[in-house]
Amino acid sequence: MLSKINFAAITLVAALSASPLAAEQAGPEIANSTLANGVELVVIPDHRAPVVTHMIWYKVGAADETPGKSGLAHFLEHLMFKGTAKNPAGKFSQVVARMGGQENAFTAQDYTGYYQRTPSEQLKTVMDFEADRMTGLQLTDEVVLPERNVILEEQNQRVGNNPRARLGEQIDAALYLNNPYGKPVIGWRHEMEQLSRDDAIGFYRRFYAPNNAVVVIAGDVEPAQARALAEETYGKIPPHAARAPRIRPQEPPPVAARSLTLADARVEMPVLQRSYLTPSFATGKRGESEALEVLAHILGNGSNSRLYRALAVDKQVAVSADAWYDSSALDMTKFTISGSPRPGVALPQLEAEMDAVIAQIIDKGITNEELERTKTRLIADAVYAQDNQASMARWYGTALTTGGTVNDVRHWPDRIRAVTADQVKDAAQQWLDKRRSVTGYLIKDVSPRAEKRS
Amino acid sequence: MNRFVASILCAAIVLIAGAGAASAMTIEKIVSPAGIEAWLVREKAVPLITLNYAFLGGASQDEPDKAGTAHLAADLLDEGAGDLDGKLFHERMENHAIELGFQVGRDYFHGSLRVLNEYRDEAFGLLRLALSSPRFDADAIERVRGQELATLQRDTTSPNDLAGRRWWQTAFPNHPYGRDTKGTLETMSRVKADDLRNYVRRVFARNDLKVSIVGDVDPQTAGTLIDRAFGALPEKNDLKPVADATPKGLGRRIVIDVDVPQAVVTFGGQGIARNDPDFMAAYIVNHILGGGSFSSRLYREVREKRGLAYGVNTGLVWFKNAAVVLGGTATRADRTADALSVIEQEIKRMAAEGPAADELEAAKSFLKGTYALSLDTSGKIAVQLTQIQIDNLGIDYIQRRSALIDAVTLEDAKRVARRLYGGGMLVTVAGRPKGLTSSETLE
Repeated sequence: MLSKINFAAITLVAALSASPLAAEQAGPEIANSTLANGVELVVIPDHRAPVVTHMIWYKVGAADETPGKSGLAHFLEHLMFKGTAKNPAGKFSQVVARMGGQENAFTAQDYTGYYQRTPSEQLKTVMDFEADRMTGLQLTDEVVLPERNVILEEQNQRVGNNPRARLGEQIDAALYLNNPYGKPVIGWRHEMEQLSRDDAIGFYRRFYAPNNAVVVIAGDVEPAQARALAEETYGKIPPHAARAPRIRPQEPPPVAARSLTLADARVEMPVLQRSYLTPSFATGKRGESEALEVLAHILGNGSNSRLYRALAVDKQVAVSADAWYDSSALDMTKFTISGSPRPGVALPQLEAEMDAVIAQIIDKGITNEELERTKTRLIADAVYAQDNQASMARWYGTALTTGGTVNDVRHWPDRIRAVTADQVKDAAQQWLDKRRSVTGYLIKDVSPRAEKRS
Repeated sequence: MNRFVASILCAAIVLIAGAGAASAMTIEKIVSPAGIEAWLVREKAVPLITLNYAFLGGASQDEPDKAGTAHLAADLLDEGAGDLDGKLFHERMENHAIELGFQVGRDYFHGSLRVLNEYRDEAFGLLRLALSSPRFDADAIERVRGQELATLQRDTTSPNDLAGRRWWQTAFPNHPYGRDTKGTLETMSRVKADDLRNYVRRVFARNDLKVSIVGDVDPQTAGTLIDRAFGALPEKNDLKPVADATPKGLGRRIVIDVDVPQAVVTFGGQGIARNDPDFMAAYIVNHILGGGSFSSRLYREVREKRGLAYGVNTGLVWFKNAAVVLGGTATRADRTADALSVIEQEIKRMAAEGPAADELEAAKSFLKGTYALSLDTSGKIAVQLTQIQIDNLGIDYIQRRSALIDAVTLEDAKRVARRLYGGGMLVTVAGRPKGLTSSETLE
């Protein structure tokens, strides 16, 4: 599908964690510098193929929207393809297509990114275009209004047509009492329908600036050459006045376990999903997010995970059981467990069995064998990542727009290596506290009204 | 066996080129001591090995009343093999971060392996066990089948699934291509352990096996590893023939009722075989109409100008015994008819007039330049090499590809556009599209 956004995939990548490079592993030398106007530049050389991945990440996302304007960050992302004074609508995309390049863009709660993958000698060309649309965007209602219909169709495709995604939205909305992460990135439809050209331009002028951007270039390029190209293109754009820190309303300490049920006539596979409010890499104390990553892996990643063994293999109450944790967030993030029952098993029964698995890990902790196996797996991911320049670029971009640094990413394997069994047990005790959570049930709506409709 | 030298039959130096820059990649054809042929690319930059392979005989080998057999077998290969039960097998994989993937297509069973250099012997040993002595323990079968059935049940109300399945069923009635590789609730329930064993016994063999390996490994070691994985397999497969087929129901529209806010549309018609001399022209013409970039005619007309959909695209799909051109979109119920009429109009226009000269040039330029992007990771290279072997394009195909694209003339493109889009489309719609009904009563 032609997608100008993929926040579902972003979340997934982030959940696999910001997993790059061990400092001592023979990975590429990564160059990191800042231009005079504030553009941060990261260069990840990989000369195996004559191609380059160029990305610009703006430190703005859905969580930075004004209340009442949900979906605006993502709407603007779509409108960024509508042309500038210098390059009319479609020109940039045509040039990228001519060179055989790929391009796309994505929006998440904390960042908005644009990228092109092209033959390496075309790097300067795409940097010119990208620098031009940092300040030169021009919008008319003629292009804005059809595009608003496009994002409404995107909402239908991602959420309206998908009961599972609707459940996720409801859980997030209930989990975050005060922080904007409770609003969906795509937006609420009633607000999306009202978004205007002026909303988009206002948001653009406020947030798109050199000193709010990170440029990541991975592939067949040398750091010095990339730096020179960045100076020639992005370097010429005047910065905004010093930017205020990104401070959003924070969550109060959660005190009540919450639960909700979404009934939808189309549900043929019930789902239980629970999210706990937990620290992210940016908000946590040293080692906390790493312990949560290890915990998520042991609890719910793969067929030897605690949840899958207990629920699908031993007790045979579930057909699936997973856990994941997203460490990449400026504010408090979430740790999620999820499962679907076997036919004939009610969701409360599945929930009780899940609670038993969690109680056991809180009480007894994990084994050394589990710890070692998980570390091997997570650290290997950092090596596997080196095979893919686009994933490398994505990991660095995510980290740098969610409160991390290049060094944080480089030393991630060392921090994983340092996690102890006690830390994992402590993390389970402290954060997998039901009062910190929202439990959602997705069930089939069998009311007469629903039956008549379907 | 490990001491024999793998013989190098030939090698192709391939230039992966963008518009100007180019870098060389050498593809070596090797033969293992046991006689298994493979394509090797030596890559020292990253300390890992990627293997990709395919056995002829995918879901098309399923008995009609047991559709999903191959799919279930693929799901179960890492759930216990040889002396290792599922738990131990997974532990061995996880202890060394070994990745094994198994996937069933209509014609082929596809597999992949990824491992750090230091654990390669263990990884290829596990693959050998999975392929040559999978256990298919009763409890594992029931557990994994339970997952499959739950997914199939979920899909009974998924508009994407409903539209897609109905399209294939209607286009290829009573043919393996008409059945979904995952089977149905009924057929998946019927599969027995013996069916799984039978599938593996008939399909996993050394003839009709395509192997590609990329990594920091010399030909001799590669040969040894390949034999470790595949050397224990029987020499010859035992496949049921699959009949040639063409898509039926062209010109028909079928609406499937499901209560969703957005209708999902699948449309398609007769495609073009991979070995047809006009294939490359068709590939280019399809790119212009609905291929994967922000510049196709359908993207411009349906999404950009009218805001009718988030995505719309078309693609060529080719099998051993049939070929189709297939497209899809998803659009709000009150405008589905508009979206469909725009799509039909564009298809007709393309059939009647073909592309313009500048469109043809732009498409050629894109398709040549973009190839390097599909060869920038070990995994992608291995997948490409296997597909080139499956399509029988020759070890120098990557080198020849640009010239094949350049050779397509505007006359070729116009002729092939007529051939590709002139024959009518079968359209399936899942949802509640306003004012649209099936063009004839069905079932």
